[in-house]
Amino acid sequence: MNDNINDIDNAVTVRNVYKNYGEVEALRDLLLDFPRGQLTSLLGPSGCGKTTLLKIIAGLLPANSSEILVNNQPLTGPGPDRAFVFQDFALLPWANVLRNVAFGLKLLGVARSEREAIAETYIGNVGLQGFEKRYPHELSGGMRQRVGLARALSVDAEVLLLDEPFSAVDEQTRRKFQEDLLHLANNENKTFIFVTHSIEEAVYVSDQVALLLARPSRVSEIIRPEGFRHKDAGSIRRDPEYLDIVVRIWASLRTYVE
Amino acid sequence: MKLFGYQLPAMSSLILWEIVGQLEFTFFLPPLSAKFVTLIEISTTSVFLQALAVTRYAFFVGTFSAIVIGIPVGILMGKSRLLDELLLPWVNMFLSAPLTALVPVLMVLFGFGMKSIIITTTLFAIWIIVLNSRAGVMQINRSLIEMARSFGASPKDAFFKIYLWAAPPEILGGVRIGFIRAVNGVIIGQLLISIVGFGALFELYSSNFLMKHFWAVLIVLFAIAFTIAEFLAHLERRVDYYAARR
Ligand SMILES: Nc1ncnc2c1ncn2[C@@H]1O[C@H](COP(=O)(O)OP(=O)(O)OP(=O)(O)O)[C@@H](O)[C@H]1O
Ligand SMILES: [Mg+2]
Repeated sequence: MNDNINDIDNAVTVRNVYKNYGEVEALRDLLLDFPRGQLTSLLGPSGCGKTTLLKIIAGLLPANSSEILVNNQPLTGPGPDRAFVFQDFALLPWANVLRNVAFGLKLLGVARSEREAIAETYIGNVGLQGFEKRYPHELSGGMRQRVGLARALSVDAEVLLLDEPFSAVDEQTRRKFQEDLLHLANNENKTFIFVTHSIEEAVYVSDQVALLLARPSRVSEIIRPEGFRHKDAGSIRRDPEYLDIVVRIWASLRTYVE
Repeated sequence: MKLFGYQLPAMSSLILWEIVGQLEFTFFLPPLSAKFVTLIEISTTSVFLQALAVTRYAFFVGTFSAIVIGIPVGILMGKSRLLDELLLPWVNMFLSAPLTALVPVLMVLFGFGMKSIIITTTLFAIWIIVLNSRAGVMQINRSLIEMARSFGASPKDAFFKIYLWAAPPEILGGVRIGFIRAVNGVIIGQLLISIVGFGALFELYSSNFLMKHFWAVLIVLFAIAFTIAEFLAHLERRVDYYAARR
């Protein structure tokens, strides 16, 4: 990967984004690039506008003004080039795992046999084979999020938008998910935009961490944890650079927590 | 109910009725057994069968219209703030209004026949169906709708693939109560427009003091209403099976 920022091909570029909710100014003049094939984390205190930014990029929420390019095309709304993974999973309770995973493809007009075949593949990829006929309420939180992830992967979007996808699962599952996400980011040539509350998680999985500070929000700092990216999943958490960056980010954020 | 430590079956109070009836306290309460005998007698007469056919027709056309109009209107109210503010006061008013008082007006407008009975039935059933469909839509998880939109769902897709699926527990609850109210509607309609169906039959029996006949018909109606309500409650429980876990 080329380290020279100017040469990097961006999957998404965000410029001059302003967003107000009535009186509340959530985003002001936000600027951020998302290099293609990389994982970018949005990290910041609660209520700083991470979800807002993600939904604007997803085309689900209009900004007051913005210049956003997705694959060098101006953003017009939701599109098949982006897929969203929801914090609360957003699974259809009346549909089994197979139908849930195939739902995105169905909306894209893919024929039934084809979409179910694709869904099967991704259900296998996220480790849920054998659960195709189960319903969401029969699954654990971790398994439900795997369904949400499989659904987003199955439409084969270039950009994956993940809004705190692991916040509703237990700590052990979460660690496993982080390793899986790292694996996914290394093996799939996709651009990940990942919102999280956890500093460790962000540093662990990201090619770049964008630090957003309190409202009205803009990117205050971009950190690129590069030294340990090639290391295996197990040893990253002991890497001195990893620990350094975690401490540095905490120092920046702690003033906003009090 | 328990009596001297024994569990009595659910309808054991009917035995009391039989006893009171056999004692011949009042002509108004003939013994239960006599009613069943009468029931079998009259249930094969053509007057009765015709009344039943008329009622069934009015009932099904009336509830069918209530469902077909009520559910979409309710869903649209749940989706659109504007429509909701426009219609909700009216729906609430009609839900609690004494609709019986409207039947004479309907007779003037639609004549003394089937049409008025069907409209009465619809009017009795529709409001609760609208309200419950609206409530069903309003409790839909917002992120399901965002999810569908993020995969490019059009408003039509969202309607048919999310709203219509997510709201059924509430909608079905509304339909069940709607059916019960429709039974009222179809009978009250016939009683007031007493020249067709059971209305005519009641008129005939009560004016001739044929109390056994009168009660026999009532039992049939009660049984039908009860069966319909139980069937829908059963359906509702099955739908609730997933709804509880939403
Ligand atoms: N629909 C809305 N109406 C009004 N204000 C809103 C709305 N959505 C968000 N906000 C406000 O905008 C700000 C940013 O919200 P947002 O959900 O984007 O924050 P966040 O960074 O995702 O927070 P968290 O980490 O808690 O999820 C918050 O202060 C919130 O109160
Ligand atoms: Mg958020």
